[in-house]
Amino acid sequence: MNPIIDVNRLCKIVPLARPPGEAVVTPAPELVILQDIDIAVMAGESLAIVGASGSGKSTLLGLLAGLDLPTTGSVRLDGTDLATLDEDGRAALRARLLGFVFQSFQLLPALTAQENVMLPLELAGVPGAGELARAMLSRVGLGERLAHYPKYLSGGEQQRVALARAFVMKPKLLMADEPTGNLDAATGAAVIDLLFELNAEQGTTLLLVTHDEALAGRCGRIVRLAAGRIVPDPVEA
Amino acid sequence: MSELKLALRLLLRDWRAGELRVLALALVVAVASVTSVGFFADRVRQALTRDAHQLLGADLVLIADHPWKPDIADEIRKRGLAFAETAAFISMARYGEASTLTGVKAVSNGYPLRGKLRVSAGLNLPDNDTDVVPLPGVAWIDARLAMALSLRLGDAVEVGKLKLTVGAILTLEPDRSASFFNFAPRLIMHVDDLPESGLVTTGSRVTYSLLAAGEPEAVSALEKALKPRLGRGESLQSLENARPEIRNTLDRSQQFVGLTALLAVILAAVAVSLATRRYSARHQDAYAVMRCFGASSGRLLRLAALEFIALGVAASAVGCLIGFGAQFVIAGFVTELIGARLPVPSPLPAVQGFLTGLALLLGFALPPLLQLRNVPALRVLRSDIGLPEQGAVLAWGIGVAVISCLLVWQSGDLKLGLTVLGGFAAAFLLFGLLAHFALRLLDRGIKSTARAKGGGSAAPSRTMWRYGLANLKRHARTNTVQIMALALGLTAVLLLTFTRGDLLATWQATVPPDAPNRFIVNIQPEQKQPLLDLFKANGLTPPPVHPMIRGRLMSLNGSPVKADDFAERDRRMAEREFNLSYMAMLPDANEVVSGRWFAPNDAAAFSVEEGIARRLGWKLGDTLTWQVAGRDYSAPITSMRKLNWDSMRVNFFVIASPGLMDAAPTSFITSFHLPEASAAFANSVSQRFTNLTVIDMSAILKQAQSVIGQVVRAVQFVFLFALGAGVLVLYSALLSTQDERQKEAALMRSLGASRAQILSSQRAEFAVLGALAGLLAALGATGIGWAIASQVFQFPYHVNHWVWLAGPLAGLACMALNTWAGARSALNHPPLLALRES
Ligand SMILES: Nc1ncnc2c1ncn2[C@@H]1O[C@H](COP(=O)(O)OP(=O)(O)OP(=O)(O)O)[C@@H](O)[C@H]1O
Ligand SMILES: [Mg+2]
Repeated sequence: MNPIIDVNRLCKIVPLARPPGEAVVTPAPELVILQDIDIAVMAGESLAIVGASGSGKSTLLGLLAGLDLPTTGSVRLDGTDLATLDEDGRAALRARLLGFVFQSFQLLPALTAQENVMLPLELAGVPGAGELARAMLSRVGLGERLAHYPKYLSGGEQQRVALARAFVMKPKLLMADEPTGNLDAATGAAVIDLLFELNAEQGTTLLLVTHDEALAGRCGRIVRLAAGRIVPDPVEA
Repeated sequence: MSELKLALRLLLRDWRAGELRVLALALVVAVASVTSVGFFADRVRQALTRDAHQLLGADLVLIADHPWKPDIADEIRKRGLAFAETAAFISMARYGEASTLTGVKAVSNGYPLRGKLRVSAGLNLPDNDTDVVPLPGVAWIDARLAMALSLRLGDAVEVGKLKLTVGAILTLEPDRSASFFNFAPRLIMHVDDLPESGLVTTGSRVTYSLLAAGEPEAVSALEKALKPRLGRGESLQSLENARPEIRNTLDRSQQFVGLTALLAVILAAVAVSLATRRYSARHQDAYAVMRCFGASSGRLLRLAALEFIALGVAASAVGCLIGFGAQFVIAGFVTELIGARLPVPSPLPAVQGFLTGLALLLGFALPPLLQLRNVPALRVLRSDIGLPEQGAVLAWGIGVAVISCLLVWQSGDLKLGLTVLGGFAAAFLLFGLLAHFALRLLDRGIKSTARAKGGGSAAPSRTMWRYGLANLKRHARTNTVQIMALALGLTAVLLLTFTRGDLLATWQATVPPDAPNRFIVNIQPEQKQPLLDLFKANGLTPPPVHPMIRGRLMSLNGSPVKADDFAERDRRMAEREFNLSYMAMLPDANEVVSGRWFAPNDAAAFSVEEGIARRLGWKLGDTLTWQVAGRDYSAPITSMRKLNWDSMRVNFFVIASPGLMDAAPTSFITSFHLPEASAAFANSVSQRFTNLTVIDMSAILKQAQSVIGQVVRAVQFVFLFALGAGVLVLYSALLSTQDERQKEAALMRSLGASRAQILSSQRAEFAVLGALAGLLAALGATGIGWAIASQVFQFPYHVNHWVWLAGPLAGLACMALNTWAGARSALNHPPLLALRES
């Protein structure tokens, strides 16, 4: 079986602004954010990417989702090399495969909870979007809050709407960037429980970015990043 | 689901969220403004084409300032065409002790050949078409004359030596032209009565018209045959060039009012641009998220475009409806000017409205929308990456191009359109620069006073003021836009209130109180002495009486004068008959600017007014040849004069030295100041000398003012749209900083600032903005007022100092309103919510 995510010798290097006054002849300064990353994730697997702040986790996630392109190396999603696709091709691939949950929820403030969940369905042209969204919101326990706007929902509730929005598309692969980063411990735990429940129900492949070791421990496998490189697991004390 | 349906759904959601209201309103105002003028002009134009022969009263009209030779009338009859003739002039109508200046039209049987007169049997009674004209001995009068002289049906109204029985009240005269003197009351009589009236004498100005109607081929054959036979002072109007005075007035006023309407469009464009910018800024996250969901940027742009076009179409439709309603108001203001019944407007102006609305969207909403396409999807993971700066060409180039096209299109004149565009651009730039520098200056002032205070703990309220003033600079860009918008709107308001009043007052003040207020024309040589005796008998000082000779310029330095040698504007001047005079003394209010006034023993000579000399190309020493009653009079120009027209005295463009033209047929003219107490003297003059016309200048001025008043009201009304658009710019500029202000306010409150403290910080900022904008507006209005006074009317302009107070006060009031609305929403927003939304 082919891995659903296959990362090969991936590097991400960004140019830095030249400090003022520095001679133009010196080579332009660069920042290496990620270096020599190799990851393979099988369908149905759950993988946590952990690392300190600034270690490059979000950058890696963005590369895996095709939101950005690596400087060198390759990313294959479901067998397709992202580098062979143009921007629109990658968007189409995301539409087919990916669900997202973000640290800052990223609900659209002008839309009600239900409309937020409907949006990906509508963009994909799925009929009966309203009904599907309602069912999904009931599933995450927000059946009574359909017409509420995000600003009137608590952080945990907002993240549950975001989960409904991600899972309503029945994605093959779900990417979550610090989904509990903006939540207190208890609320975070409840959201994570829900995430794993939905994941199990739909058999979704899960890619979770976090710096929370306990949370990472619930995933099948952990990849550790430090200063842009994959480092081996620390020896258990 | 189809793409359009999805776009409409997105539109509804954005609308509900209030994101698009300002944008839509701006479009509505712009379209309403353009279509109101468009619909109105369309009605008038339709009236001109559809009812051209009615407006002409015939299919072909020959007009002359002298009686037509009989062979022309014979020619018309010979060709089997219907024929009628009219003679129109100004005279006094009298009844009992009262008399009034009246436009008299003597008509033959058959008049009008096209369209119908309407008459009623008394004032305010129902009227009917009629196929006849007044019989000899009968007069039909309009309601104004009936009221002015308290005439009823059957009364005998006197005109010249005639006593005519009032036979009907005239309610509609299809071919009545909208020229100046036609604002006088109207009297129609039979042309056969004319010779006995004693009104057609030397020096009287009569317009003689021959009317023809019939089969189109016969009419055009006649037109072809007659055109080459037309002489000086003779012209021909057919269906194609009917009523040039209405056409010209329409074209000119449509240009003027249309450009006023475009002021609203330009301001609306700024509002559209600001509103779309805000929309883009607020939708960056949404776009990033949707791209994460797999929507391609092209598709998102398409959706946004569809959404905006749908909005544009809806807003334009609403705008067209409002414009349609508004044109009735405009038509209401100027019905008297038009004097014709207007048909229903065609849908064409609506098309123009939709095009304007969509052009605004294309020019001013598209660039910020295109920006959204560039939102990196990566923003969902790193909110610090935003939009790249847009190239200025794309951001503003399209808009400027669109506005230029609209201006040129609306004014129908490339040069005028571009001039106006340049004017606006200069005003924007000037206001923008001034606002920018004022803000910087203020900032520096604040910093230096802060340093002077040594950073000691100031009173808390002072701190909030300082904080508010510091905001001025942090929001420098939007604040500059805000000041510009408010200043432009206020300039318009100040112009229409202060400046207009000042101009009128200044102008009236230039007329001395004892300036002549009555003219008497048509005085025959034998009446001169008896008239002066009448003055004495009534205890009035006899005024100077000047001879007036009507002559036509035949040649300049021996070569014949042809109308074609002159520019359009000057042609009529060269064509028409001049009023010449002769006198030995340089008249009052005249000043010789070159050459020398006539000396007693000089050879025959002319003295001319310098303005007309410039227009007609006369120079000192040139020989002019005038024809009066078939005889030529030649002499060189020996002096140029400057006239003071405000003096209200009798002025002559051309004065001959005594002796040269003494033998020519002459009538006399005089002007004098008649105190209000002796107003009845005018009546005794017209009673004694029935052929004389006494012109009451104050009445004419009042009429002129009422005409100007109508146009001003129409323009003022259209200005309302501009004002509305100005308010929208202001509001959208405020909105564009509101998000930030709200966040700041919430932050400050969470840090313990009280409501009052936040209010005082915002007050400080807005007070400065309002005062600055008001000051700029006062500057703008004064500048424009000065330009109009000195360049157009050429009198010194006295600045009204109140404007310097009124401007800033009005600015403060606008800002107070805005602060109240804006701050209220910021404060009523719980700080928690504002912080959470971020
Ligand atoms: N385009 C870029 N230009 C410059 N620096 C960048 C760019 N993208 C990322 N970085 C830097 O790369 C490093 C890694 O960023 P990244 O957001 O991936 O970290 P992270 O592991 O997600 O951290 P956190 O846990 O705080 O979210 C940071 O130091 C960041 O500032
Ligand atoms: Mg991160």
